[in-house]
Amino acid sequence: MSGPSEVEGIKARSQFLRGSLKESVADEHTGAIRADDTMIIKFHGSYQQDDRDLRAERAEQKLEPLYSFMLRVRMPAGVATPAQWLKMDELARTYGNDTLKLTTRQAFQLHGVLKRNLKATIQGISSVALDTIAACGDINRNVILSANPEQSDAWQQVYPHVQAVATHLLPKTKAYHEIWLDGELVEGGEPEEEPIYGPTYLPRKFKTAFVVPPVNDVDVFAHDMGFIAIFDNGKLAGFNVTVGGGLGSTHGDKTTYPRLADVIGFVTPEQLLSVAEHIVTTQRDHGERSVRKHARLKYTIAKHGIDWFKRELEARTGFALAPAREFTFDHNGDRFGWVDGTDGRAHLTLHIDGGRVVDRDGKRLLSGLREIAKIHAGDFRLTPNQNLVIANVPARLRGRIDALVAEYGMGQYQTVTPLRRDALACVSLPTCSLAMAEAERYLPDFVGKVEALLEQNGLLSFPLNLRITGCPNGCARPWLAEVGLIGKAPGRYNLYLGGDAAGTRFNQLYRENIDEPTILAELAPLFGRFASERKPTERFGDWLHRAAVLTAAA
Amino acid sequence: MTASSPLPTPLGDFRQHPLARELAALSSEQLLWLSGYAYGLAQRGAGAVAAVPATDSKPALTATVLYGSQTGNAKRLAEQLHSELQAQGIAARVLRASDYPTRELAQEKLLLVAISTQGEGEPPEDSIALFKFLASNRAPKLPQLKYAIFALGDRSYNQFCAAGKNLAGLLDKLGASEWQPRVDADVEYDADAKRWRADIVEQAKKLQPVSSAPSAQVLPLRPATAAHYHRDKPFPAPVLAVQKITARDSSKDVRHIELSLAGSGLSYEPGDTLGIWPRNPALVVDAVLATLALDGESPVVIDGEALSLRRWLSEKRELTQLAKPVLERYQQIAQQEKLAELLKPAQASALQAFLTAHQFLDVLQQFPARLSAEQLVSVLRPLTPRLYSIASSQKLVGDEVHLTVGVVDEQTDAGRRVGAASRFLADLNDSETVEVFVEHNPAFRLPDDDSRDLILIGPGTGIAPFRAFVQERAERAAGGANVGKIWLFFGNQHFTSQFLYQTEWQAALKSGALSKLSLAFSRDQAERIYVQHRLREQAKAVYDWLERGAAVYLCGDAKQMAPDVHAALREIIAEQSGKDLTYADEYLDRLREEGRYRRDVY
Ligand code: SRM
Ligand SMILES: Cc1cc2nc3c(=O)[nH]c(=O)nc-3n(C[C@H](O)[C@H](O)[C@H](O)COP(=O)(O)OP(=O)(O)OC[C@H]3O[C@@H](n4cnc5c(N)ncnc54)[C@H](O)[C@@H]3O)c2cc1C
Ligand SMILES: Cc1cc2nc3c(=O)[nH]c(=O)nc-3n(C[C@H](O)[C@H](O)[C@H](O)COP(=O)(O)O)c2cc1C
Ligand code: SF4
Repeated sequence: MSGPSEVEGIKARSQFLRGSLKESVADEHTGAIRADDTMIIKFHGSYQQDDRDLRAERAEQKLEPLYSFMLRVRMPAGVATPAQWLKMDELARTYGNDTLKLTTRQAFQLHGVLKRNLKATIQGISSVALDTIAACGDINRNVILSANPEQSDAWQQVYPHVQAVATHLLPKTKAYHEIWLDGELVEGGEPEEEPIYGPTYLPRKFKTAFVVPPVNDVDVFAHDMGFIAIFDNGKLAGFNVTVGGGLGSTHGDKTTYPRLADVIGFVTPEQLLSVAEHIVTTQRDHGERSVRKHARLKYTIAKHGIDWFKRELEARTGFALAPAREFTFDHNGDRFGWVDGTDGRAHLTLHIDGGRVVDRDGKRLLSGLREIAKIHAGDFRLTPNQNLVIANVPARLRGRIDALVAEYGMGQYQTVTPLRRDALACVSLPTCSLAMAEAERYLPDFVGKVEALLEQNGLLSFPLNLRITGCPNGCARPWLAEVGLIGKAPGRYNLYLGGDAAGTRFNQLYRENIDEPTILAELAPLFGRFASERKPTERFGDWLHRAAVLTAAA
Repeated sequence: MTASSPLPTPLGDFRQHPLARELAALSSEQLLWLSGYAYGLAQRGAGAVAAVPATDSKPALTATVLYGSQTGNAKRLAEQLHSELQAQGIAARVLRASDYPTRELAQEKLLLVAISTQGEGEPPEDSIALFKFLASNRAPKLPQLKYAIFALGDRSYNQFCAAGKNLAGLLDKLGASEWQPRVDADVEYDADAKRWRADIVEQAKKLQPVSSAPSAQVLPLRPATAAHYHRDKPFPAPVLAVQKITARDSSKDVRHIELSLAGSGLSYEPGDTLGIWPRNPALVVDAVLATLALDGESPVVIDGEALSLRRWLSEKRELTQLAKPVLERYQQIAQQEKLAELLKPAQASALQAFLTAHQFLDVLQQFPARLSAEQLVSVLRPLTPRLYSIASSQKLVGDEVHLTVGVVDEQTDAGRRVGAASRFLADLNDSETVEVFVEHNPAFRLPDDDSRDLILIGPGTGIAPFRAFVQERAERAAGGANVGKIWLFFGNQHFTSQFLYQTEWQAALKSGALSKLSLAFSRDQAERIYVQHRLREQAKAVYDWLERGAAVYLCGDAKQMAPDVHAALREIIAEQSGKDLTYADEYLDRLREEGRYRRDVY
């Protein structure tokens, strides 16, 4: 066995996530921070990036890469008040790249924040009671929750538990306050403790999701730890517990793979915090710390077995998990348009192309949502599909909000095809340092080409779940789509087919490393057959299996 | 050779010779002159020395030709005058103002000065110390002195030829008398200069005692490396690279340019400048032709030179810089009421503002007239070369020469306006050549002592010579020299797009070639921050460096930056020394005298 990875050393030396961040940020000669600090700053919710479109050009210009920072805001369940929205919008325009990114895990991301503006930006975020603590890094990250407005009663019952788990699993270090918020220095070295995490935190990122069936918008099986809310006659009874989901893998490395989480039992709301804490500590103590590629909980479980994991957990909590309860999921998309709540308030779900809130081509989302935030009396909810719910709108405001939606060209949810409405892409180029091919920037174009194919087969109004990512890390959860494209190289993708509509079945690799014409040529005959062979409500992903297309190809 | 072994010379151990001590006090230019003088003597055979009615008894007229020059115009004029005087057998020496031994002033009989004006009415860098001396209590009375001044300037500046005028005033005050009327010359000074030189030589001949035999014909000798390429015979340097070094979204376009001097015999030192003969960009020439509806192919003969109109305009005439005489000649044809108004003496400042912000195209647009091809060429003034600080050290780049050029290119309401040389250079590609010459700049050299610390202040394109300095010092260090620390101050508008040579400075900091780098990006925050603010912030360290012998170099913008930085240095010295601004002025004067405060501003 090899020793701990380099990152483990950096964490250990960082004195509870301080590293040399202060010095790094103060260094005026570069827009970058020191190499070690690029690991540490993740725990503070930020990634160092550079504009990859400009890299080669700037090297010739004798300029360093255009370094900037992505900031991810931690918002349990993706809830933001209008005041918070307005502040994020302002920060995006002052320090960011004039866009707000709504992520697949219900967070805001600012892109393009220069080092010298990091502090002011984080202070701005803090001024509206938000933070970026542990939004990234080897730690429990933003806790997500179904955004489905149709179940606002159920949502209300689950939400406090989301907040409780999120707060319980926060790090205790004051480094963040010290470095960014001019908080008081904790005197004399390391008096701090991280009772849950210890000084080296977790071996790897850790993700928690809550879901309210039957909508699986969070793709609960893709997360390290999941809680499926179970209701008895409309009252929250507790949660089925899932562990060991995760999607990231490396092209060509069979020891890495996406894995669906296992359901290991049921807990009551009272047991929830203890179970959550000890799933985390089990991974803390048993997760792989030498090879980061194998450090997610899914590999810990694959290595020791799910039964071992359950025993270990029960030994730590001191109680046995009850058997899992019945649940069903029907789909993992969002429900668009207006939905009436039970309390006279209504919710409007808008489609946000690629989760990117921006003024572009007559669709002035950034300006329009700013105007809505100015008059909105309820709150906003970011969905796990990069869309946005304008929640809790009193009846009197519906008309005004509709008018603003129309005025600013934000009504795509009413007009676009189901394909476009449900399609997802990760950020990818130009900011993501790991991207191998385009995703967010390519999605609108590619969807148009698939729409043309669907139209030829009379399928244009038929739902089809398409997801694209720029690399096999899987940030837009592409393995759970009916059609998934995973980037291999500029302009080339692996084509995956056959996920289900509910996010419970992975798709399969269908063709490797192909370009757009080939992708379309592969899809065209399948759409043709599907159009003639499908049962009335059958989805493409299911048909592929029934028709044995996949087994034939595999 | 060890220090003790005597040099085998015709004079025995020359170090013991009385001449040796005298020679040690001379500047390199004086030595060069002397070598030519001695050579001339030798040519005339033994005994010639005796024939020279020399030194002690009845001296022939010895005139001193003095120049104060920033971009080489006054220097060239002075050198021409000097050789013309010598050709007439009139003993004379030529000196840069900074090399003038002020203790000889009291004996000086005839002082012939060519001096330009810089900044806003200031003397050139090389003359500042002399001006201060003349204005100080130490200056002797000068009743014996006759002087003549040729002042070079530019009428578009408020303080036209101020340095020449001020010098006259200072000399008058000390009791000197004006020998020939001062000439205040505008940018087109060639004809005036020719006349002045002729007058001087004529009058000087009259002063010459009739009996005295012509003295030695001095054959000007050049250092062994001296090139046969010069301003009027430029070298066609192949272009090696033209690279934009500001980012895509930068409001300023700055180019790093690499040229080859291979085979030219040209050499340079860090601090020198490269002269460039530009061609007017085609877009400027085309616009002028189109506005006047003239055919570029029509042949034009002026002073016996026959070229197509297009070639006249692109290679021979100034189109982008205006001057009053051009407007006056234009007006003779145009007869435009509005232009007549502008040319009235009462409108001097309006005229000046016009000249500095407009080009010939603007004149054509604002005061339309019909000109024939011949008229057009005669109205315009000859194209002049532009100077650029050399941004490389030959120790590192060998036969190459690098420049850092800020491109003048603006979209105005009246159309696109570009700078002749900077646009021309930016558009070169590497199959082309550009006509260049080296303009040596001894006033802006690295200290002889490598171990001296340096404070380099060069915002904007002012960074150029310091790239050469840092390269040179790094190479010298690699060769075993014990080199001092370098502290560089750089500034521009934006960090991400205009940090010129960023990756090179980062590497220099890493390698130790650069010890400290202070940056001021003026528009990256609400308040404007410039290099002088960074200097003030680091006042204590700056003063410590100075106290420990550091030399300060300043390069770049003459209008705003240089005075602001100077003011900051004054304040820092006053405050840190615990004394006052008068003390600070003396301190800076002393630095200047010791060659520890050098500036190259434009
Ligand atoms: C913004 C977001 C995609 C989006 O378009 O919405 C995103 C963006 C990035 N992800 Fe992700 N991931 C995002 C959700 C996901 C998901 C989906 C999910 O969690 O529901 C996954 C798959 C699930 C999983 O974790 O396995 C995911 C798996 C990864 C991985 C692979 C992890 C693994 O175990 O192999 C990486 C790379 C890594 O961690 O080394 C990664 C890394 C990244 C980084 C930070 C690239 C990096 O490490 O330098 C990307 C930043 C791009 C940028 O410029 O913004 N991201 N990432 C999502 C932010 C979620 C959030 O708010 O926290
Ligand atoms: C010693 C010395 C060193 C130098 N070193 C450098 C160096 O290292 N790097 C560098 O970049 N420069 C340097 N310069 C400046 C350089 O010599 C040139 O002056 C500069 O590049 C501009 O020349 P140009 O031919 O491009 O512009 P020009 O052809 O001289 O055009 C400029 C003229 O255009 C007119 N004009 C400008 N803007 C407008 C407008 N908007 N509308 C109408 N008319 C307008 C003005 O009349 C202005 O005088 C140095 C100068 C000196 C004296
Ligand atoms: C930065 C700068 C400032 C100048 N300021 C003045 C001035 O104030 N008054 C003036 O008459 N000429 C001014 N000139 C014009 C010069 O005196 C003129 O170009 C002269 O020919 C330069 O001669 P030199 O090459 O010997 O320095 C200025 C030139 C430059 C480059
Ligand atoms: S999937 Fe890959 S390319 Fe896309 S955002 Fe995640 S890490 Fe970047």
